[in-house]
Amino acid sequence: MRIHGMRLLNLVFPPRPKSAAIAKERLKIVLAHERAGSHAPDFLPRLQKELIDVVGRYVEIRDDMIRVSLDKAGETSLLEINIEIEGAKPKVKPLGSAVPA
Amino acid sequence: MTRPGAARGREDLVAKVVAITSGKGGVGKTTTAAAFAAGLALRGHKTVVIDFDVGLRNLDLVMGCERRVVFDFINVINGDANLNQALIKDKRNDNLYIFPTSQTRDKDALKREGVERVLEELKQQFDFIICDSPAGIEHGAVTALYFADAAIIVTNPEVSSVRDSDRIIGILASRSRRAERNEPPVETNLLLTRYDPARVAKGEMLTVEDVQEILSVPLLGVIPESESVLRASNTGTPVAFDEDSPAGRAYLDAVARFLGEQREMRFVQPERRGFFRVLFGRA
Repeated sequence: MRIHGMRLLNLVFPPRPKSAAIAKERLKIVLAHERAGSHAPDFLPRLQKELIDVVGRYVEIRDDMIRVSLDKAGETSLLEINIEIEGAKPKVKPLGSAVPA
Repeated sequence: MTRPGAARGREDLVAKVVAITSGKGGVGKTTTAAAFAAGLALRGHKTVVIDFDVGLRNLDLVMGCERRVVFDFINVINGDANLNQALIKDKRNDNLYIFPTSQTRDKDALKREGVERVLEELKQQFDFIICDSPAGIEHGAVTALYFADAAIIVTNPEVSSVRDSDRIIGILASRSRRAERNEPPVETNLLLTRYDPARVAKGEMLTVEDVQEILSVPLLGVIPESESVLRASNTGTPVAFDEDSPAGRAYLDAVARFLGEQREMRFVQPERRGFFRVLFGRA
């Protein structure tokens, strides 16, 4: 009877994951990266700046239209680059000239 | 193995340098250094405990000898005093000596050559040399572990402490003298302190198995969160001398394991509270 009551209670109010389990998971992930010596790479700001330069040759963009982020899930790292060009004006290129390489 | 000047009865023993370290501050390094040294002395081993926390001297207070400090570690390194002037003999146990550090100098005063010379001299007189490390991973902490033969990683079941312990384990494996000389690695053990079995049972605290799995070093012992630890430091008594307290007994168990004995882990299950205790709160 009591067990059924608990189950019903859990259905209405799903139990929060235990904080110790969250701690363990977070530690495993952060230490896996730190042991491999793969701290957050320090080239991200430079990469972002160069992307702005390159994309900026084709469309007019502002700095805040490019977002670079690094995400870690388990053993894999995901480098995510988001470039927002919705509404960006194409660069007017002078007649006859090629886009600079 | 006979060495000139070796103390009577310890011809077969090679003195062991043991670093008590953690990375993070406030996890119980000095409490552990004091308790461990006291426990080894109780087991009949001639033991000295050295304070490496230059500028933030506290081992003297925890050991209850703060009014007897005249010369310190830095004085001896600099040749301003000799070893026997600086060593303080414990009044409770004849095997136990305290080697205080300077309160006025900074950690850069720990010159590696000087530390090595002092440790070599101590090895002639003692079985165990316990080095109480400062927090951090800078010069003072690295000097405290550099000459170690064994290390005890003091860790709380808490994320920042576990992460910092992992860093220190890495430093032991790469920057100790044994690592630099390609000698057998520093014998590294985990000591989990401030463990609260009741909170562990509720899923609010990392379990001893969790921490061991993450750090993957052998477990030397689990010290339960205990009122006796504060009481011991209040009175300047190493908690291992309080054989009635759970923490004191847990430290004595850890010392026994360190000496190679098998002992069952105690104090890892929640304390059973009797009917009257539940009724009347903590008796």
